[in-house]
Amino acid sequence: MAQLHSVDETGHLHGGAAHGSVREYLVGLLLSVVLTAIPFGMVMGGFGSEGLAITLILLCAIAQVMVQLIFFLHMNGSSQQSWNTASAAFVVVLVGILIVGSIWIMQHLNHNMLLGH
Amino acid sequence: MSFDYVAPPAAPGYTGFAEKEHHHDQGGDTVFGFWIYILSDCILFATLFATFAVLRNNFVDAPTAAELFELDYVLAETALLLLSSFTFGMAMLCATHRKMRGLFQWLGLTFLLGAGFLAMEINEFVHFTHEGASPWSAGAWSAFYGLVGTHGLHVFAGMLWMMVLWLQLRRDGLTENNEVRLMCLSLFWHFLDIIWICVFSVVYLMGVL
Repeated sequence: MAQLHSVDETGHLHGGAAHGSVREYLVGLLLSVVLTAIPFGMVMGGFGSEGLAITLILLCAIAQVMVQLIFFLHMNGSSQQSWNTASAAFVVVLVGILIVGSIWIMQHLNHNMLLGH
Repeated sequence: MSFDYVAPPAAPGYTGFAEKEHHHDQGGDTVFGFWIYILSDCILFATLFATFAVLRNNFVDAPTAAELFELDYVLAETALLLLSSFTFGMAMLCATHRKMRGLFQWLGLTFLLGAGFLAMEINEFVHFTHEGASPWSAGAWSAFYGLVGTHGLHVFAGMLWMMVLWLQLRRDGLTENNEVRLMCLSLFWHFLDIIWICVFSVVYLMGVL
């Protein structure tokens, strides 16, 4: 029980949260800057169609969230962090149901009410 | 009626006294508990994002998002918050290596960047409201202020926390308790940057399209 998720090899405690290095933070910052510049540049420059822009915005956002989770929050899926990762995966499912479900239901409602059609 | 309480047999190695290891565990449990709080906060933001997604085109007579949003202004806000996330990371590295001077400098810089972000956001809200896009003007704007304002409130709370922790660090140094607090605040601050990525993508960039 004692080793559940708290103490790493160096005896440090952080409930699965680990320390990083300067290099790790710099790489994270650089990737974040690039992944911010791409969608902003695309929308501000007016390149591509709307569908392409939306796809790119969403892809860059998901990529940047992953970058920050890995390089800033140091998530790595190791056994020390299994509880952190498992709870996070559960929340991702909940958030997906919440957002996709809400949009889905409200669109159908809109359609059935014949609003604006 | 009487209850005869019989204590359960003690686990092997149990002395009845708190040991150093147990104390360590508590710190780890605190950070893990805080992680659970952050995940529950994600669900709060998910409901606000869902509300926004449903109402985002209901402008009625108010000015639309595409008319009011200025992307270079949002880009500046984004840069401030992203940089502050990086500087907090640097502060954490200093804390790991027990460099107190560096810790205070990076933490101070993080606070200033956060304050800059918040000032820009408040300025934007005031500007929008003057232009007729007040929270009570249309459903889309209610959802906008609800979502972006909640994020701003979180940033404000993080800055208050940073000030308190600053004083605690000044008074007591990097004690075990303060280290746990710093760890939790670091999770919170990085989390706010992650929420902001979703805000600028879904609200601002898609709002202008």
